[in-house]
Amino acid sequence: MAILVDKNTRLLVQGITGREGEFHSRQMLEYGTQVVAGVTPGKGGQFACDGRVPVFDTVAEAVEATGANTSVIYVPARFAPDAILEAADAGIGLIVCITEGIPVMDMIQVKAYLDQKGARLIGPNCPGLLSPGQAKVGIMPGHIATPGPVGVVSRSGTLTYEVVYALTMRGIGQSTCVGIGGDPIIGTRFVDVLEMFENDPQTEQVVMIGEIGGNDEEIAAKFIAERMTKPVVAFIAGRTAPPGKRMGHAGAIIEGGTGTAAEKIAALEAVGVRVAEHPEQIAELIAEIRS
Amino acid sequence: MKLHEYQSKRIFARYGVPIPEGDVATTPEEARAIAERLGGPVVIKSQVLVGGRGKAGGIKLAKTPDEAERLAAQILSMEIKGLPVRKVLVDRAADIRQEIYLGVVVDRAAARPVMMASSEGGVEIEEVARTNPEAIKKVHVDPFIGLRGYQTRYLAKGIGLDPTFHRQFDRIAHGLYQAFVESDASLAEINPLVVTANEDGSLSLLAVDGKMVLDDNGLFRHPDLAEMRDVDEETPTEREAREAGLSYVQLEGEIGCMVNGAGLAMATMDIIKHFGGEPANFLDIGGGAKAERVATALRLILADPNVKAVLFNIFGGITRCDEVARGILTALEEVKPDVPMVARLVGTNEEEGRRLLEESGYSMITATTLAEAAQKAVEAARNT
Repeated sequence: MAILVDKNTRLLVQGITGREGEFHSRQMLEYGTQVVAGVTPGKGGQFACDGRVPVFDTVAEAVEATGANTSVIYVPARFAPDAILEAADAGIGLIVCITEGIPVMDMIQVKAYLDQKGARLIGPNCPGLLSPGQAKVGIMPGHIATPGPVGVVSRSGTLTYEVVYALTMRGIGQSTCVGIGGDPIIGTRFVDVLEMFENDPQTEQVVMIGEIGGNDEEIAAKFIAERMTKPVVAFIAGRTAPPGKRMGHAGAIIEGGTGTAAEKIAALEAVGVRVAEHPEQIAELIAEIRS
Repeated sequence: MKLHEYQSKRIFARYGVPIPEGDVATTPEEARAIAERLGGPVVIKSQVLVGGRGKAGGIKLAKTPDEAERLAAQILSMEIKGLPVRKVLVDRAADIRQEIYLGVVVDRAAARPVMMASSEGGVEIEEVARTNPEAIKKVHVDPFIGLRGYQTRYLAKGIGLDPTFHRQFDRIAHGLYQAFVESDASLAEINPLVVTANEDGSLSLLAVDGKMVLDDNGLFRHPDLAEMRDVDEETPTEREAREAGLSYVQLEGEIGCMVNGAGLAMATMDIIKHFGGEPANFLDIGGGAKAERVATALRLILADPNVKAVLFNIFGGITRCDEVARGILTALEEVKPDVPMVARLVGTNEEEGRRLLEESGYSMITATTLAEAAQKAVEAARNT
């Protein structure tokens, strides 16, 4: 099983001829992901990644020719909203946007449109998805993960890798690693992924990695209390972050006294979620639960 | 990016929001001239990017141009919460009969703008939310449909605004919402929006104070607004970092941190604190970690006199640890640090990376786990 992406994923790469797009397409192919098409306007008819992937001018053409069902986006922030909308309009059901720096005002419109279309967006400003042994969509390093029972969902990139690596080192594999992104407006939130993990037969425990800003972790805590049977271990980054300062991610900011790590930790602990003191402790806590 | 009161109000005015007559002064003489031109009592308001200006004595009423000059001199020599006052806004004083609040922010959970009004004007909205949440009325705005008349009527009625003002309130709310959307703002607020008595005795609404925060990611569409950035919003180091494309926030501790990735950078700060140290900064060098970037980052960290040790925490995923190690070594050629350094490189090509650092001749403390690295950095800082 796993969630969102697996062996049946037929991936389309938007921005495949760019530096990032081409590099990561090769990595995804190497991992065994079925990268069936690329899109770069004006470069239709060419081939990318040493002739392995046909390039199209539009997403609609690519979908018609290849049956792509998932898209990953590596185009610059100014063009990314357009790319997301184009994918949704062409009937792509799962869109993963890696791009950082999309204006919030654009994302508000994009999200409202996607909700109408019924398309799912992961990100933006995220590392993507990895179902170990099956498919890698995005920029997560494939070799640090191994198939297994732990679902991982996170607002961060390298911090997620850190946790996944620690799990792998302890011999604990992962079902799917989901990077939902560090922006204020994201397509898929903690609760959405927690529900998918709850319903996924392969997943036995869940790791949730949050950070300061917003109240998605508090909403997740409520969901965990009401709807989850599988144990969740959490980590919240930013205990030492000062208020009013954006900590790298556009969404990681304590505003008007809300969005602090302390509030999030309290909300999670109140519903029985174990919250790790530091990232490496997550693997210890999961190991304890599993033994 | 935060805007000053006078900048925010001028933007609101372009969208038809009534603001007091006034102008900005950088000297007491200019303040006097503005007061003379306006005639009658004026308010002298410090323009600094922090809340609580009034409580700090940064807002004063002046009845005459003489008094305006004297008070402006006083306020212009102040520091408010560490920020020097470089400008004052001299506004015609309003005869205030009632104060309300009106603002727009992005509701992250709802993924759309929310407009809020409160009968408790002049108080920070967060404070009202804590003490008297029923006083706040909210409407979410559909991005495709926009703010509608029935919504502003709901707000106006909800906060008990006299019906005589509802039509003007509707125009102001629409102006504020347009200003918010078209400026790519993350916050636009009028606090207070007041009922004021005009010279002819009639009553009307007036935006006495205003505030805007802009989405940095949207600034590319607004070169005119981007130019409004205040030098005091960030420290010189933070500015240099931003211009170099690095994410840097200065803190008050003694352990400088260089990390790849924002979440991991926060987690690194937290673990330093967990083991009894204090982080000197947040710094995300981003992906790739080119030598030049690493060098700039290291220079910024070492420019902080509080730094007694540096911790490198690099998780090599796509980024290779040996490349980062070479970056660090190149940086060290340029920037000769005299504080201990702890390096933890994990992931792709970590052995090669560690070997490069150990054999370089620089005294570099290495660690394998993050916990170990943090403990060693805390200890090294103590012994410096």
